Amino acid sequence: MHFEYQIEGGNFTRAGFASSEIKKMLKQLNVDLAIIKRTVVATYEAEVNVVAHAYSGTIYVDVDEKKIIIKLVDEGPGIPDIEQAMKEGYSTASSRVREMGFGAGMGLPNMKKNADDLKISSEVGKGTTVEIRMRFSS
Amino acid sequence: MTVAEIATILDANIITGHDRTDHLIEIAFASDLMSDVLTLKNDNVLLITGLANLQTLRTAEMSDIHCIVFARNKKVTPEMQELAEENDIIVMECRYSVFRTCGILYQAGISPIF
Ligand SMILES: Nc1ncnc2c1ncn2[C@@H]1O[C@H](COP(=O)(O)OP(=O)(O)OP(=O)(O)O)[C@@H](O)[C@H]1O
Ligand SMILES: [Mg+2]
Repeated sequence: MHFEYQIEGGNFTRAGFASSEIKKMLKQLNVDLAIIKRTVVATYEAEVNVVAHAYSGTIYVDVDEKKIIIKLVDEGPGIPDIEQAMKEGYSTASSRVREMGFGAGMGLPNMKKNADDLKISSEVGKGTTVEIRMRFSS
Repeated sequence: MTVAEIATILDANIITGHDRTDHLIEIAFASDLMSDVLTLKNDNVLLITGLANLQTLRTAEMSDIHCIVFARNKKVTPEMQELAEENDIIVMECRYSVFRTCGILYQAGISPIF
């Protein structure tokens, strides 16, 4: 199955909508609850990053009975130094993002902890692509 | 402790989840930082927070948190209430500060995570 969701940069009202839909779908597929939690926490962090740091984005979801691949492609400023961005505590979040309860620099490291496989690529001035892969059998 | 008992000792208003006040709570975590809440591995945690917005509820949804206490008179908007009901999250409003709320719950035997 294939699904797509749009993400609007700066729109904190809608942030998490796609992650919520993915959670409902995985529950319907009877995926193990611990795996669902890791999947949606990583996806939600990535979704909030697009809202907080980019202009717009699309989430491409491919799921079958064995795995799910979630790819978030955004148009935005990109990440100049991914290694630095992956460090706990590193954040360039605006005060508005901090007021929303984010901007601790914990999202990317937390995505790494939760995802079975995480790939990030970025081009400064163009955008960032994040790919989260999860296997359903433990 | 049940949600009903917690609401009593905190003198809190139950906004959503009136039908599930027998829900049992054993551990709690207090934070206004959603990225911190998202690192928790435990399920069934009570969240005490002063951050009242839609992302508080989204964070609870993703983290399998089924109960939130909004401290210091933070108000639950109709949109937040709707999201809480959709995801079976029990939400309470409490006029005490986060510090006082935590103190009361700790004294009553609710365990911390760390
Ligand atoms: N999609 C993105 N586009 C541009 N920059 C990004 C993107 N995702 C992350 N970054 C950069 O990497 C930094 C670290 O991201 P991370 O998710 O770890 O922390 P944060 O979003 O700042 O705060 P938190 O996730 O704790 O709320 C961000 O502050 C930002 O500079
Ligand atoms: Mg982040």
